[in-house]
Amino acid sequence: MKQLWILAATLIFAAILTFLISTGDLTFGQPAMADMDDYYIENGVEETGANNIVTSIVFDYRGFDTLGEATVLFAAVLGVGVLFRKLNTEEEEAE
Amino acid sequence: MSKIVRTAANLLFPFVLIFGFYVIVHGHLTPGGGFQGGAVMATGLAMIIAAHPFGRVKNAFRKDLLKVVEATGLTLFLAVAVSGFISGGPFFYNWIAHAGGLFGGVPTAAGNLNTGGIIPLLNVFVGLEVLGALTIMILYMLAGAKENS
Repeated sequence: MKQLWILAATLIFAAILTFLISTGDLTFGQPAMADMDDYYIENGVEETGANNIVTSIVFDYRGFDTLGEATVLFAAVLGVGVLFRKLNTEEEEAE
Repeated sequence: MSKIVRTAANLLFPFVLIFGFYVIVHGHLTPGGGFQGGAVMATGLAMIIAAHPFGRVKNAFRKDLLKVVEATGLTLFLAVAVSGFISGGPFFYNWIAHAGGLFGGVPTAAGNLNTGGIIPLLNVFVGLEVLGALTIMILYMLAGAKENS
């Protein structure tokens, strides 16, 4: 039963993808709106002074997103610390 | 692990750290950056943790210090972001770029390390945070695994 569901989902997905590509609604490599990309490529080095455009986007234009990423990593470490705290020998000795 | 693994890990360790540091510092010139370079450096520390016996690892690595490194990285990252207000710009404003002085140089096609404004600073601080975070995660999990075996 489960395999049937997976097969059906795959077929439906493939059918939709084929339909979209054949009708021209879905294109790869030709974004409908490329203004933002062109802006970064033309002005990125001038504005940020960084030769690496990916870094200039990640740390300058989209710096807020990177702040969120760093916070997620911080929260992940907090989660690991909470999950493994009972197994710490030092804490069990202190109890 | 065996003596061969330990010797090889000790031999490779400084080079892995240097490569991670290079990836972080050249983040605004070459592919890579704070996250990637921090992960490389943490991999070097993980190699040492995996190669050496648990008792010596436990004494050699201080969790408190790594926690401070991680928290300092994130705090200084935020501080750099807030420092955009100094110049009257918005949050995360790149006020050091093209201003002269440190990281305010003119970018060249060959790549000038003294450019990028706040980007190299943010790279270094994110690298510190990732280094501390991944290493402390490994240490936490190592302590948990040792208790069960």
